[in-house]
Amino acid sequence: MLRLLHRWPGLLALALVVLLSVTGALLSLYPAAERLAVPQAESQLSVADLATRVAQAHPGVEQIRRAPSGRVVAWWFENGTPGAAVIDPATGAEIGSPDPAFGLRFLTELHRSLFLGDGGRITAAVGAGLMLLLAVSGAVLVARRMGGWNRWFARARGPLASRLHTELARLAIGGLVISSLTGLWMTASVFSLIPDAPTDPTPAMAQTGVAPLALSALPLLAQTPASALKELSFPSPDLPGDTFKLTTEGGAARIDPGTGAVLSVTTPGWLERIGALMVMVHTGRGAATLGLILGLMSAMVPVLGWSGFRQWQGARRYGARIKGNAKPAKAETVILVASEGGTTWGFARSLHDGLRQAGQKVHTGAIASFEPNRTPLAQRYIILAATYGEGAAPTAARGVAERIATLRKPPKAPLAILGFGDRSFAHFCGYAETLRTAAQQAGWAALMPMGTVDRQSAQDFTRWSRDLGAVLDIPLDLTHLPERPQTETLTLISRRDYGAEVQAPTTILRFAPPKVSLSQRLTGQGFARFEAGDLIGIVPQGSNVPRFYSLASSAQDGFVEICVRRHPGGLCSGQLTELQPGDTVAGFLRPNPDFRPKPGRKPVILIGAGTGIGPLAGFIRANRRRRPLHLYFGARSPESDLLYDAEFPRWQEAGHLAGLTTAFSRAGARHYVQDALRADADRLRKLIAQGAQIMVCGGRDMAAAVRATLDDITETADLKAEGRYVEDVY
Amino acid sequence: MKSLPTTLALSTALVPGLAAATPVTFTTQMTNYGGDGAYVAYYVTDAAGSYVGSLWMAGGKAKYYKHLAGWYAATGGNTAQVDGITGASVGAGRNLTITLDLQDALFDAGYVLHVDSSVEKMSDQPNDVVIPLTSANLGKPVSGKRYVQSVTVSK
Repeated sequence: MLRLLHRWPGLLALALVVLLSVTGALLSLYPAAERLAVPQAESQLSVADLATRVAQAHPGVEQIRRAPSGRVVAWWFENGTPGAAVIDPATGAEIGSPDPAFGLRFLTELHRSLFLGDGGRITAAVGAGLMLLLAVSGAVLVARRMGGWNRWFARARGPLASRLHTELARLAIGGLVISSLTGLWMTASVFSLIPDAPTDPTPAMAQTGVAPLALSALPLLAQTPASALKELSFPSPDLPGDTFKLTTEGGAARIDPGTGAVLSVTTPGWLERIGALMVMVHTGRGAATLGLILGLMSAMVPVLGWSGFRQWQGARRYGARIKGNAKPAKAETVILVASEGGTTWGFARSLHDGLRQAGQKVHTGAIASFEPNRTPLAQRYIILAATYGEGAAPTAARGVAERIATLRKPPKAPLAILGFGDRSFAHFCGYAETLRTAAQQAGWAALMPMGTVDRQSAQDFTRWSRDLGAVLDIPLDLTHLPERPQTETLTLISRRDYGAEVQAPTTILRFAPPKVSLSQRLTGQGFARFEAGDLIGIVPQGSNVPRFYSLASSAQDGFVEICVRRHPGGLCSGQLTELQPGDTVAGFLRPNPDFRPKPGRKPVILIGAGTGIGPLAGFIRANRRRRPLHLYFGARSPESDLLYDAEFPRWQEAGHLAGLTTAFSRAGARHYVQDALRADADRLRKLIAQGAQIMVCGGRDMAAAVRATLDDITETADLKAEGRYVEDVY
Repeated sequence: MKSLPTTLALSTALVPGLAAATPVTFTTQMTNYGGDGAYVAYYVTDAAGSYVGSLWMAGGKAKYYKHLAGWYAATGGNTAQVDGITGASVGAGRNLTITLDLQDALFDAGYVLHVDSSVEKMSDQPNDVVIPLTSANLGKPVSGKRYVQSVTVSK
């Protein structure tokens, strides 16, 4: 519900709110610029001094006003012509035109009324109201997403658009609430919805027939500092009995020019003081720095609008492709999807269609919208859950497991969970497991044991669907054809072959990166930004399921490099290792931020074997700051499959690589990389004591052997907990 | 063209016995002062300088009436004085024509028309134009001081 409240006004009001915030941000610059541009009066200057200086230059002066920025403007009428100028308070000299700064009138008018008069003012106020609604509902969503108000500034995760939306929102929300509230107040005040208290001192007549005193002889003018002045109106020479009217922040008074007597006084009431404060905060006039801060927050609104729109688009893309989606209130089967990407939604669609064909009323939705009260007729719930990183929840599902675990009354209808993951990762289907535990904790009955799907396996899914059919007593035998992920075309530049002699044919493939569109460049999507250790998904011909390879280069290198070992009968590795320069493949980027050297200057121990050298070589290549990197590299033979043999001496010479230790399993003594580690135990201990990070890349067996060896040398579990021991295993 | 067919309370209250009323036209030309629309108040004082009544108010937001200093001081900002005789503010360089049925007795009896003006972010100009209501002044443009270039009263 809250999400709806945040989304729809957001989309509808996007243009209006963006217009208001952009003009508002620009307007915030004016008070600060004015403050810098105008000469300031000396601190002990009185209103009488200032008025005297102006009156000497312009005997026909009618009015003097001082803005909170210190800008003094005088208006006079002399020799039958009116005049006005900005005045230097120190000399009374004219220093410029009092016309508003370039663009100020245009922006002000656009900001408050869109050049549409009262209708425009009301529209702008509606915009401010929507902004307020967005800010408040957004604040609740941020708190919910971060896991509580006390975690307001905790680290945000997830895909760029949603992360950016949260990051900026939590900075800007406070300012946006202030700006929209004060703006609403100002509109209400213009339409007299807030009562106007009288601010004018009662009219009074001065004694006639008395010669006017010198300005310095009028006590109130002499006592009032110029810095407190707002306005001084001079008596009109044509109207006998006319008075001075002095207005300051503290009130207004009429003064008899002949006697100096204060004839009437008024002081602002609390409502006016609040009103003045509202105007000051909203316009920044008198609070230029605050104005700039609020302006900066306003300037974030277009980015917030864009990233919010992208999130909505993303959600819609998945949601809209569900055909025949039953209303939650009528659904018998409720499918909840916990996934960021499209693949799990693809499986959800297959399941949805299958159940619908079997005659069921099915509702499929994102797990974030899980609300048992909305689905009173549900007879069963099915959760399809992907896993993010090390068993963590996908961003779209954050907080849901906690919500399920603390359900006071779990739904009566039982729950089935199907996890999606990759067995090569340590926490296979970790998030699905978390959900299962949470449901158990809440006492939510299970419909059937938890199922798993490894690497989008169609067979796994079909098998699970049969089990589900058996439980539901309907024939269910679903086939899911994975949809082809969106790819870009990469062209091979060069290839280097190794290892044929030792039955480990391996190729280093170097591709030209695909053309990056402007929007990708701006958002950092696709191949606009990548680093060694990120993954490239290659979609081979004849399959829609991508295979992932670790990148051995970063965007700065200007090429995309991977190491591929040719597996007998391997579809993807076969096609890749057959490529010739000029040939193309279809691929997409998947960031892998967890497998990167931690920032800093501390040493890094790189351990790899076979094609596992790929990302490690990428780190070494990118090591322009000459951080001490120590590489332990296992291969079969120094003559045949020592990948990057040509580069190692160069990198060592340039200081990119501090130490290189190789181990060969088919040359002389059978030496594996873990043997090299054991032989070097003292040095490793020293490096670890210095704070070194350990990065391991290679096959599962090799990684296990390395871990076992290092466990003899140090406590790898502790290092792992600190993020100082990371693995990229396949 | 603004037109007010009914006889103003102003004139009837002032000169109860006399019924003769004639349409009087007030033509106001604004200068190119280079600002937002001006608020302009038209009101009449008697020979002693006391406020008699208002003829017209150009500008719809009561919040800003205090900037029409002469009118505000005379009426205390009482919007009832301009109920039904209020129109839009007048832009720079534009002109405004108002036609009102006024008692003939208003002329040549010491009454004075005052026009106050004010523009946002610019100065307030009480008595931008002051015209004694005499037959001799009819049809002659009278110059204003700041925002009003001239006002012409004609029958």
